Amino acid sequence: MNFLNTFASLFSNFGNLTWQMVVMWCIGALLVYLAIAKKMEPSLLLPMGFGAILVNLPLSGAITQGDTVGPISALFEAGMSNELFPLLLFIGIGAMIDFGPLLEKPWLMLFGAAAQFGIFFTLFLAGFFFDLRDAASIAVIGAADGPTAIFVANTLNSQYLGAIMVAAYSYMALVPIVQPPVVKLLTTRKERLIRMPYEKGNVSQLTKILFPVVVTIIAGMVAPASVALVGFLMFGNLLRECGVLNALSETAQNVLANLITLVLGLTVAGQMTADKFVRPDTLLILALGLVAFVFDTAGGVLFAKLLNLFLPEGKKLNPMIGAAGISAFPMSGRVVNKMGLEEDSQNFLLMYSISVNVSGQIASVIAGGLILTLMA
Amino acid sequence: MLHLSSWMTTLPMMFIGMVGIILVIGIIVLAVMLLNRLTSRK
Repeated sequence: MNFLNTFASLFSNFGNLTWQMVVMWCIGALLVYLAIAKKMEPSLLLPMGFGAILVNLPLSGAITQGDTVGPISALFEAGMSNELFPLLLFIGIGAMIDFGPLLEKPWLMLFGAAAQFGIFFTLFLAGFFFDLRDAASIAVIGAADGPTAIFVANTLNSQYLGAIMVAAYSYMALVPIVQPPVVKLLTTRKERLIRMPYEKGNVSQLTKILFPVVVTIIAGMVAPASVALVGFLMFGNLLRECGVLNALSETAQNVLANLITLVLGLTVAGQMTADKFVRPDTLLILALGLVAFVFDTAGGVLFAKLLNLFLPEGKKLNPMIGAAGISAFPMSGRVVNKMGLEEDSQNFLLMYSISVNVSGQIASVIAGGLILTLMA
Repeated sequence: MLHLSSWMTTLPMMFIGMVGIILVIGIIVLAVMLLNRLTSRK
């Protein structure tokens, strides 16, 4: 009898299983499937998906249970509650970005600014459903930039970090599906056929070196809350451009970025526990995230159309390049180029769309900082 | 619960945010143009 009781106790944890946990297993499995089968942001969706299953096992030892600290909770305390992981990831991202083509045509950065409209419009919309701090955190899904979304949501102490992360990374991966219909809806075929011949300009190495310093100072003076975000991104870029720290630049681009991505995915999954995730709010956050992406795209395209009203014939812009102003790099730039080629096989927009896309990286970080400043 | 009066806070934030980002990026554009001019080789 004692033997039977001991044997039965081995399976007693099944009694702690709830249907919400099973839902989270399914969501975790879906994320793993999307990462492997569809190759959607696999470096993040796979750790997040597996982590979602891991932390939703009843009495999971991966997260803190009572007085026993779990490793994922420890990781959260060490690198997320103080925003360290997203900032370190920004060093790697900064080291990966070549701002050269954008510096040749700096006016393209204005599209990056216009394409942040989705963030601020979503803040307006989300304010009706959530308190201001959560609404601001949800709005930053529109930054199309995972680390910025994590940084802002964490700084504002949002209770929806897990859902915000899932929305941010899922929509980034869904850019090829989300953006084209919006672009087509807002442009005529004639506009999509506009050709933009690319003339290569000259940018000195000194400009490339001074650029990260100047951006950090300007962004830091206007939105001091963003200075950590912008500063770490620009520090990574300075490592790349300075020409004397190639080994550090390589490390930041590969080892550092990969390592942080690995723990970031698992740590975010620690916030995807059933009690925090399986609730109607999550669906609303996913819907608002989509709104943010749609209005980001619309903001960039409509800004280009506005400029076209003042530009002479022959100098007009293909408004599709405005859509690349979101931060999902380089996917958005490629999507716009592909759309141009679908309309006209000789219409190469890549240099413009990628430059605008790079500007979206800077603008989204500054937009995140502005949100924090406005919330202060 | 709907926060129907939230627009009184969020609408000004939307406008200030958009104007703010265009201004900041505009200043960066001008700074880069200046840098390009100062460092270009004839």
